Amino acid sequence: MDKKIALKIHDIDNVATLFVNGIEAGMDITVRDKKGNEEVIKSLGSIPYGHKIAVRDIQKGELIMKYGEEIGGATADIKKGDYVHDHNVESLRGRGDL
Amino acid sequence: MEFMGYRRANGKVGSRNLVAVIPSVVCANDVSEAIVNQVSGTRGLFHHQGCCQLPPDLVRVTDTLCSLGSSPNVGAALIVSLGCEGTDHERLAETIAKTGKPVEIIHIQELGGASRAIQEGTDLAQKLVQKIADQQREACDMSEVVMSIKCGGSDATSGLASNCVIGYVADKIVDLGGTVVFGETTEFIGAEHILARRAVNEQVGQKILDIVAQMEGRAKSLGCDMRKGQPTPGNMAGGLTTIEEKSLGAIVKSGTKPIQGVLDYPQMITNEKGLWIKDTPGREPEILTGMAATGAQFMFFSTGRGAPQGYPIMPVVKICGNVNTYERMQHDMDINAGLIIEGKKSIEEVGEEAFAMAVKVLNGGMSKNEAIHYYSSIDIHCLGPVI
Repeated sequence: MDKKIALKIHDIDNVATLFVNGIEAGMDITVRDKKGNEEVIKSLGSIPYGHKIAVRDIQKGELIMKYGEEIGGATADIKKGDYVHDHNVESLRGRGDL
Repeated sequence: MEFMGYRRANGKVGSRNLVAVIPSVVCANDVSEAIVNQVSGTRGLFHHQGCCQLPPDLVRVTDTLCSLGSSPNVGAALIVSLGCEGTDHERLAETIAKTGKPVEIIHIQELGGASRAIQEGTDLAQKLVQKIADQQREACDMSEVVMSIKCGGSDATSGLASNCVIGYVADKIVDLGGTVVFGETTEFIGAEHILARRAVNEQVGQKILDIVAQMEGRAKSLGCDMRKGQPTPGNMAGGLTTIEEKSLGAIVKSGTKPIQGVLDYPQMITNEKGLWIKDTPGREPEILTGMAATGAQFMFFSTGRGAPQGYPIMPVVKICGNVNTYERMQHDMDINAGLIIEGKKSIEEVGEEAFAMAVKVLNGGMSKNEAIHYYSSIDIHCLGPVI
């Protein structure tokens, strides 16, 4: 069976982006870094194509790191394998319409 | 490490040896096009500006054309002037001539109309082409490379595959002592503080914040808030959580090196090295002009949906992050970065492939858009109203 790939861009990133449809809790995800090193982690929920999975435990208030930079802050404790999106992350810049 | 380039009289190195046919105003486009169609080795810069604009824009158009004609990819230039345009065609001819390359100018009104101008221009372009045809390529250090970068027709793969590949190559070229220029000021919104942090000093950081504020100010003057509602509901459904994430996905193509400074849109790079920003919009005809005006010898262009276009005097290499698009559009896409998404290749592996392609194109190898003459739609980015 094909590996279910998620990409982690920078070594300090705590999320990876999934490029597979139909991910559900309990499935093995292969997280690849830019050198092609792989680590298998278990998904803790359903995660859509193009969305993010936590590659380590992240505490509430910690920065969410992608591309080696902060893309937001965690609004809840996040476990390795959790789905990471607007239900547990908020922008540090705010949104123009909020 | 070296590549084979054309050394110009002013010391700059080009990857192409073209005669640029430059209309000083939109009204000279048809004459210019007829000349380009007749004479091999010529490329036309058919823009739509140069008259009935406010003085700052007319200066901007003249400055941009000066830089395009001075590009090291241009071996000689023919300027096609109407005669009553708002641009300064004499300054244009003088500035390009200062680089040491042959320059000719014709005036359509003075010559007695279009057909006579086409005849005179064709004869002059032929002479210029023959004059530069025997220039030989010579070995040049990679520190002479000026690479420009851009993304367009993006999709979910762009920020994770093709832009990361370009970022890898950008870092490598800077490490080899070369120059990399990126733009698309509109895409900095939300991550401008992170970019400013990468600036070599506080003034450069402030300039980055300023160009974003100015661009947003121009949108606000028309009643539009560009920050509002970002990321869009479509972006969020696609997996982008915050405005920072969206903007960083575009910025990642610039790599990780310190930002040395900010260039104005018409400005040509002189002897500066390292990573630079050019203040440009994102739309292809205008940003490609801005990048060619920088003096870039080639461009790396990241796409997911499949943007096919190039630029008359600058080869544009397409890095495609989407496997399906690459397979459907193989005659337009140069590098398949979609294999990263499939887990078959790493960012570094495709990055090395893309770097090898960059050297090949610098040496004279053709990008796919060049091979099919897909490079004619260009324009110059102006700020004020047409009057």
